[in-house]
Amino acid sequence: MTPRRRRIVLVVGILAGVSIAGALALRAFQENVMFFFDPTQVAAGEAPTGERFRLGGMVRPGTVERRSGSLDMNFVVTDFKRDVPVRYSGVVPDLFRENQGVVAHGRLGADGVFVADEILAKHDENYMPPEVARAIKDKHGGVMPVDPGKAVDPPSPGAVPLNLKLNP
Amino acid sequence: MSEFLSMGGYAAFVWPAYAVTFLAVFVNIWSARRALRRARAHAQRRLGVAGEPS
Amino acid sequence: MDWTWFHRLASPPYIYRLAATLTPWFAWPAGLLIAAGLYGGLVLAPPDYQQGDGFRIIYVHAPSAWLSLMIYSVMATAAAVGLIWRMKVAHAAAASCAGIGAWFTVVSLVTGMLWGKPMWGTYWVWDPRLTAQLILLFLYLGYMGLRSGIEDTARADRASAVLAIVGVVNIPIIRFSVEWWNSIHQAPSVMKMDRPSMPAEMLIPLLTMMVGFTLYFAAIMLVRLRAEILRRERSASWAREVVAS
Repeated sequence: MTPRRRRIVLVVGILAGVSIAGALALRAFQENVMFFFDPTQVAAGEAPTGERFRLGGMVRPGTVERRSGSLDMNFVVTDFKRDVPVRYSGVVPDLFRENQGVVAHGRLGADGVFVADEILAKHDENYMPPEVARAIKDKHGGVMPVDPGKAVDPPSPGAVPLNLKLNP
Repeated sequence: MSEFLSMGGYAAFVWPAYAVTFLAVFVNIWSARRALRRARAHAQRRLGVAGEPS
Repeated sequence: MDWTWFHRLASPPYIYRLAATLTPWFAWPAGLLIAAGLYGGLVLAPPDYQQGDGFRIIYVHAPSAWLSLMIYSVMATAAAVGLIWRMKVAHAAAASCAGIGAWFTVVSLVTGMLWGKPMWGTYWVWDPRLTAQLILLFLYLGYMGLRSGIEDTARADRASAVLAIVGVVNIPIIRFSVEWWNSIHQAPSVMKMDRPSMPAEMLIPLLTMMVGFTLYFAAIMLVRLRAEILRRERSASWAREVVAS
């Protein structure tokens, strides 16, 4: 082996070793890396009970109730398979809207209601001017489809909201 | 114009983001040119050649 | 196969002169493209249907995030070439990348925070994507710290090259974090196999900015590379010609 070939092997070896170690570490920490749990995972008991965790999903349309004169509100987080009702008191970010992604931080109560103390909005990667959005909405009977980026073409049946990365 | 500057109410976020980006752009131009100037001056002193006055 | 071009790339005076010649060819198009991209992003592009004018932060956030990853890849590649072929010019190139990359990693983090506050509702969360990008900053800082900590240039080259190569595993982690794990960060709009998730009137200014920033990096890196080569070769006879003119 020439010295240069030995150095190539060394560099490739370092890279391979670190990649494997990294991959193993990431597999081991998969759950800690999980930033939020979706309603299906919560229903399956994968989320830590009795501890604080983050619940992520879409705000189900028509479920947002605000009590007048206070910051208290209720809404339902869904991944279009399971639902989790959420109770929250406080200010919500600008993008907190029905049919939008949301990440709530809090605790799951014994009554199955998730009591949140922090609400973050999650938006998707689709950007478009308001007129285009209006046109798409009109074409879909007044509601925004779950994947507006692809909705310029005829919508595919059973499209999964790409906003939600379901656990592989 | 004032409508443009207000950025639809997001001025407090949009303008600092642009400011920080172009701060980095100009700092990098300045520091790269300074590094070259210094390296040249250093080499000139060491080689005992008089470069043009800069 | 004729390898003379490769050996010429290893020659400091050749690279020094080449860098000096190429710099304006990158710098002027970069300036023009960034100016055009700014006008396009701030004035011509329509507001977003959800985020209004707040979405215009993308025109500085995405190009700087792209630069932070691209520069690291260039740096690690140059470091590997330097390590394998004992090419000093390649080590000098890697060293010239680090400072620029660290700056744009900071810019991507700060512009991301300024975008996250109004839209997500927080400046910072310990999300996989955000955390991995912070680790990228520490890799750059570690690389620069290691270099400045070792007096002997040849030893600094070798040690920092190993660090740069090890850190390269973080690059796919950043890129794919939003697909592998649940993340608050949205999926990529442009850097994906599918077609971009925005109309041309929004996309063209963004691509203009990204190309402009890439050329800008090339120009800055070539100036830094000349400084770095001159610093290493300050006693060589060719340097006499260069600095006397």
